[in-house]
Amino acid sequence: MSSATADTPRLDFAGSPINKALTAEQKIELFRKMQRIRRFEQEALKYYNAGKIGGFLHLYIGQESVAVGTLSLCGENDHNITAYRCHGHAIMSGMEMNPLMAELFGKATGCSKGKGGSMHFFAPDKGFWGGHGIVGGQTPLGLGLAYGLKYLGKEGAALCYLGDGAVNQGAFHESLNIAALFELPVVYVIENNGYSMGTSQKRSSSYRGCLAQRAEGYDMEWDVVDGSDIYEVRAKTHIALERARKQHKPAILEINTYRYYGHSVADANAKKYRTPEEIENYKTNFDPIRLWRKRLVEEGVATEEQLDAIDKEAKAEAAASVKFAEASPAPTIESVMDDVYWETDNNTPASKLGQHFFTD
Amino acid sequence: MSRTLTYREALREGLDEEIARDPNVVIMGEEVAQYNGAYKVTQGLWEKWGDKRIVDTPISEAGFIGMGIGASMLGVRPVMELMFWSFHSVAFDQLVNNAACVRYMSGGLINCPIVMRGPANGGTNVGATHSHIPEGLFAAFPGLKVVAPATPADAKGLIKAAIRDNDPVYVMENTRLYGMTGEVPDPADGDFVIPLGVADLKREGKDVSIIGHGRSIIHALEAAETLKEKHGIEADVLDLRSIRPLDVEAILKTVKKTNRVVLVDESKGFGGVSAMVSHLIQDNAFDYLDAPIKRVTTMDAPAIYSQHVEDEQLPNPRRIVEKVLSLR
Ligand SMILES: Cc1ncc(C[n+]2csc(CCOP(=O)(O)OP(=O)(O)O)c2C)c(N)n1
Repeated sequence: MSSATADTPRLDFAGSPINKALTAEQKIELFRKMQRIRRFEQEALKYYNAGKIGGFLHLYIGQESVAVGTLSLCGENDHNITAYRCHGHAIMSGMEMNPLMAELFGKATGCSKGKGGSMHFFAPDKGFWGGHGIVGGQTPLGLGLAYGLKYLGKEGAALCYLGDGAVNQGAFHESLNIAALFELPVVYVIENNGYSMGTSQKRSSSYRGCLAQRAEGYDMEWDVVDGSDIYEVRAKTHIALERARKQHKPAILEINTYRYYGHSVADANAKKYRTPEEIENYKTNFDPIRLWRKRLVEEGVATEEQLDAIDKEAKAEAAASVKFAEASPAPTIESVMDDVYWETDNNTPASKLGQHFFTD
Repeated sequence: MSRTLTYREALREGLDEEIARDPNVVIMGEEVAQYNGAYKVTQGLWEKWGDKRIVDTPISEAGFIGMGIGASMLGVRPVMELMFWSFHSVAFDQLVNNAACVRYMSGGLINCPIVMRGPANGGTNVGATHSHIPEGLFAAFPGLKVVAPATPADAKGLIKAAIRDNDPVYVMENTRLYGMTGEVPDPADGDFVIPLGVADLKREGKDVSIIGHGRSIIHALEAAETLKEKHGIEADVLDLRSIRPLDVEAILKTVKKTNRVVLVDESKGFGGVSAMVSHLIQDNAFDYLDAPIKRVTTMDAPAIYSQHVEDEQLPNPRRIVEKVLSLR
């Protein structure tokens, strides 16, 4: 991705059936979702730097088209799961900004009651099975979502996201083998932003043409996707998803993308392992939101003014979520002991049997 | 003579000296070389020693840790950095089946002189999966040695002993201690190595023994200060330093002196190092106890993320003071 330039020729996927079917409102909605993710995170960044948000903050800025493009194809039968860089998938899955920001602020009104933090957003009611902290650990879980669907005789497919660094974990390879062997409806999406922390893909992975090609060893379909073009993301993901839903065949999609900031906000080396030119090139030539905006105007779907207004709303929504988070109460120390066991929370007869907790 | 170093610098100095001393010492892990280490413990070592001695690995803990164990069987002395000890789970098989057992299963034919090191702690608001405190867990596997330095000097002395040891040694550091400063002996004054298995009495008292390891010791020392100033209670603070081998003699000595014990352990209430220490005391010094043995542990739930609450979930000076006062 970084070696490409604005003039590198690209195929146009606007005409593919799944994109042709988009209404003007739906196209604008894609813009709104990407912009909301970005504004939410820019606000979070501000308050992380101000010391209001603890732990780690892995920003998704630059990668918005991946979550938005792929998840825009998902319905209520579909499920998704990702790693710690989970804000984009959460918002795209339909989570509101207020509980997300409150979670970052460690407040009781957060989506995980202040227990999970930035890396652990969840909304199973929206088909979003969370952000997970252990690199690669979510990949067998994604497999399990697909297995569950098939076992329960349900429609739908599972999307499981991972980074280019995570492809080297054993758990991922074991997952691929089972996915193909059991014919499970899972689509693995490698969000290839070129780096795992400070290590470039070339220094961390042995591969021939691309990372997704490893699928061949498991007799699995694969494709490589330009993440800066949301039409392409949708067109190629649609094919993989339909195959998964209808034929229970897994696939790997490698979506090339880029993160603008460090690995996390606390990444002291953020400016060392990539050149400023590389970052600038991506921002000016491949920013998925900017390109989509241009496209919408060119197609006559929206005017600059309309899109500005949408952006303003997104900004206001993000700012309001900070107000909500700040005004929210912190969890009590007693709440530390909630949510450990279902039966003790629900005070069932079983909760009287044996001793569940052992403090001091 | 000694100088003031941070815990991180002391570890680095220990690593650097051992790399210089023994050509078979190799440092390996995620981001340890070009990135200078996620927590900057290995900063500058790659520039100084190059690709052969300081090796960046992919994110594949089972693979590279297993590789280190295999290489150690052949005589390489790898020092593996786990970016967080919490990621032990991914390599658990290698850590507890291979490293711990191969010497025994081979009837002593094969040794594993490997060191695994990295931060093991809670208290950084990173949530459940990143906050495990597994020293008790690994100490429960015979064949493994486990140390948990609380000060810069101990960090340097123990890492050097760990590297020279012919068994696998798991070094539990602490993110919250990396920036802490303390006196460390000058290299010009000779080789500074702290043998594994020797506890350290960090403060002398007569009324109560506070026993712990790692960051708990920093809390215990602060609590001991408060106990003295506000309550006139003089506490012995015993730093185990080495969990396995464990200095049982030092534990019994302080207990027999003060007759009252509070154990501080960042593990959860169930199991953990303090459970074992408690057992050893009641088994060997029951008649010396004037009060039941008490513990201060991490509240028995996965680590909460919230920055408003996590320090309360963990042992802290206030909780230690309260527990000591409850003995009266
Ligand atoms: C098992 C494990 N090892 C190491 C880490 C520390 N770590 C967190 S993210 C990361 C880099 C992952 O990079 P990649 O998979 O490319 O995803 P990206 O961050 O680029 O989205 C590392 C090394 C971890 N969380 N879990």
